[in-house]
Amino acid sequence: MKNPIALAALLFAASLAHADEVQVAVAANFTAPAQKIAAQFEKDTGHVAKLSFGATGKFYAQITNGAPFEVLLSADDETPAKLEKEGQAAPGTRFTYAIGTLVLWSAQPGVVDAQGAVLKSGHFERLSIANPKTAPYGAAAVETMKALGVFDAVTPKLVQGENIAQAYQFVATGNAPLGFVALSQVFEDGALKGGSAWIVPAKLHQPIRQDAVVLAKGAANPAAKAWLAYLKSDKALAVIRAYGYQVAP
Amino acid sequence: MPFSSEDWGAIRLTLELAAVVTALLLVIGTPIAWWLARTRSWWKGPVGAVVALPLVLPPTVLGFYLLLAMGPHGPVGAFTEWLGIGRLPFTFAGLVVASVFYSMPFVVQPLQNAFEALGDRPLEAAATLRAGPLDTFFSVVVPLARPGFLTASILGFAHTVGEFGVVLMIGGNIPEQTRVVSVQIYDHVEAMEYAQAHVLAAGMVIFSFVVLLGLYTLNPSRRRA
Repeated sequence: MKNPIALAALLFAASLAHADEVQVAVAANFTAPAQKIAAQFEKDTGHVAKLSFGATGKFYAQITNGAPFEVLLSADDETPAKLEKEGQAAPGTRFTYAIGTLVLWSAQPGVVDAQGAVLKSGHFERLSIANPKTAPYGAAAVETMKALGVFDAVTPKLVQGENIAQAYQFVATGNAPLGFVALSQVFEDGALKGGSAWIVPAKLHQPIRQDAVVLAKGAANPAAKAWLAYLKSDKALAVIRAYGYQVAP
Repeated sequence: MPFSSEDWGAIRLTLELAAVVTALLLVIGTPIAWWLARTRSWWKGPVGAVVALPLVLPPTVLGFYLLLAMGPHGPVGAFTEWLGIGRLPFTFAGLVVASVFYSMPFVVQPLQNAFEALGDRPLEAAATLRAGPLDTFFSVVVPLARPGFLTASILGFAHTVGEFGVVLMIGGNIPEQTRVVSVQIYDHVEAMEYAQAHVLAAGMVIFSFVVLLGLYTLNPSRRRA
């Protein structure tokens, strides 16, 4: 490049195109709060967070194969730790951004009682859960049913979504009368959006710690650090709580 | 064998699904293809377009609408409940219905091409020998269109084996009932069980290659797949 002005303009354009943007992979259960936080983030910092939603296991496969994600908001705490150990994440950036709440939910009012006794009654055709092998909410649902002693009785009625979003979709379309979903999916501004629900007591399963981490591709991107810092801001925490998540002390 | 019992379950289920769907499609698709090949009706365009829709639509569109249609608030769901057979999502029957839609063009189009290639003369010859329409069809058309039937069966079968999006949307991932091979591979990948994923995925590649190789070797004159 002979023309220094053109070179400077090119560099400037390149910095505009990249420095202000962060590619974030977001666990399906955190879709709604992430969208809300991203909108405020853009307003408050000028940076833009580009969000992709999906299953954490899929993101892991994509990240280890060169996907351009710069931050991962995982549905668990194992995947970010694994990525860090494998050198795919920036060390020391990992933290718990939300602790998930499991809920037994029906799209119909009056189906799920406040104690979750409907599980023991067996008066339902199908029960939708996220795949327990790959989704922490699915694993927590299985733990809960085992703790209640209903797992064997319920097993023939289980249908599995590939992630918590699909488990929700089966219930929302009425194809499964009830299912274990994330509270964030059926809760908004501190109240149930519709249907009936039982919030599963936290003692019935291992805590669903959801960790965030800056990925190797985002280590040099200031917007990635800004996004992670913003997740810890009071504004973001208020959104996270409003969707029924606990936040780490 | 490196397959787990769950893998075998998925393989068995997939082959069963593909066999049932292919048989059904030959029964349903043949009259449709025959009509499309012979008709001069204005409806030929719209019907042909509807049959070809799964070629261009993403499986998620089909899966999404089937989930809504077959659910308790959908027309198909209301109908199957009225029949007393319950609802179709999360059942083998549901996968069959969805796959019939999804694989329809892969059966109808080769048949239609084969029927069109026959022309009028064999039919006129049969008519002068006083053969009835059904007799003509089974004694003249079917033998002459045999390569078309072969292509249609193989493509219908192979395409159903390879189906993923629709079964993911309406299947519910139930072992031995709706968890087909493609979903099992997806599960393995998501669970980071890459070794198991490789075994099944490589099996699919080999299977598909052998099927297509057989198709092209047995039917060398057909340029259209």
